Amino acid sequence: MEKHLKVSAIKNGTVLDHIPADQLFKVIDILGLSRSENQITFGTNLESKLLGKKSIIKISDKYFEDNEINRIALIAPQAKINIIQNFEVVEKRVLSVPSQIRGIARCMNPACITNHQPIETIFTTVEGSDELKLLCHYCEKVTDEKNLKIISNF
Amino acid sequence: MSKHLISIHDFSKEEILRVLSLAAEFEKNPSRPIFSDKVVASIFFEPSTRTRLSFETAANRLGARVIGFSDAGNTSVTKGETLKDTIKMVSNYADLIVMRHPLEGSARYASEVSSVPVINAGDGANQHPSQTLLDLYSILKTQGTLENLKINMVGDLKYGRTVHSLLQAMSHFNPTFRFTSPEELKMPAEYKEFLRERGIPYEESFSLEDGISDTDILYMTRVQRERFTDAIEYERVKNIYSLQGSMLSETRPNMKILHPLPRINEIAQDVDNSEHAYYFEQAGNGVYTRMAIITILLGVNQI
Repeated sequence: MEKHLKVSAIKNGTVLDHIPADQLFKVIDILGLSRSENQITFGTNLESKLLGKKSIIKISDKYFEDNEINRIALIAPQAKINIIQNFEVVEKRVLSVPSQIRGIARCMNPACITNHQPIETIFTTVEGSDELKLLCHYCEKVTDEKNLKIISNF
Repeated sequence: MSKHLISIHDFSKEEILRVLSLAAEFEKNPSRPIFSDKVVASIFFEPSTRTRLSFETAANRLGARVIGFSDAGNTSVTKGETLKDTIKMVSNYADLIVMRHPLEGSARYASEVSSVPVINAGDGANQHPSQTLLDLYSILKTQGTLENLKINMVGDLKYGRTVHSLLQAMSHFNPTFRFTSPEELKMPAEYKEFLRERGIPYEESFSLEDGISDTDILYMTRVQRERFTDAIEYERVKNIYSLQGSMLSETRPNMKILHPLPRINEIAQDVDNSEHAYYFEQAGNGVYTRMAIITILLGVNQI
């Protein structure tokens, strides 16, 4: 059977594949795509052997810096980043969680100053744990994966 | 040298020892008006008796003038002023800021927007480093050393910020810990992990009698109602420990009882006259320790 692409191919740009379906709009937020001038196509609730339901985003003529793209590692660590040139995948990139994270996540501690005053959050990722753990620079409390909330900036 | 004192782990072992040796100098002669040209701002966004009076006494004994407030109710904070704006303004008036604030992380943030040194006099349940330094000073003074001591921490080890900071600070000095608490208030896993990483031994007990004869420092804490979200849990554990004079017969002669105060029922009145009781002297040591902290943060290393 012929395989049809649900989201059509792009000639040049970046494809973000294997995004968990429920994280699509957060990824769009974090990458600031709602303000982008580039052509963007996306699909969600697509079938995926790996995730059950996945999303995919294709952005024409856009190539991300590592520190830009790694921001989505917080919510979609298993996402695959493909760099496309002339309809061919020329590079596959693996996400890695940055050691310092500014302004993306919210601190889970309700008494933390960052939840009460207009202050950009700063976290360092806690090493040596399988689970994602973020140490708040201000209140010194740890926010774990299941309590992670993403701040929508856009 | 650190510019601010926000968290006890900002200070290295050497910096801690420098504060303690300067505090000993101040204890010998507490009237040292070396900062008569300085203004210290004491800004307390939530009430405190001991800490505020102790800092203000320390500043006065150093000859500094003190400005500030002891309750945010009469300030522009009630008009909605942000902490940043308050700190920006105060740091234009004063040479050093002592701040207590109910929100955790507020002191770190203040130090980032302030142009003058900031001392954290308590940021919610997070850190209270001057308390830790005065605890260390009290331990050093009563034991003659900080090295190789046995320390038994009792009571609320889950929410008690003083025990967490003291644990971190003592980790420089090869201690052995015992943690005495009910199940609900046990030392959090992250601090036990901190000790394991450093190879520092600890035991956990439920009974206050366990190990009481084999400890150098008995560090008692109050179960603080304000840290509980669950009123039933608080009622269940609030009176769980009560140290009685009769429990002290088998203790080491050098053993001292510390408590950050205020105490409620966790130390019976009949302990106060014991030679092991040290909590009131401990509070007195706060003035010398805070004189040392202010002096060092204002850039003077020797007096």
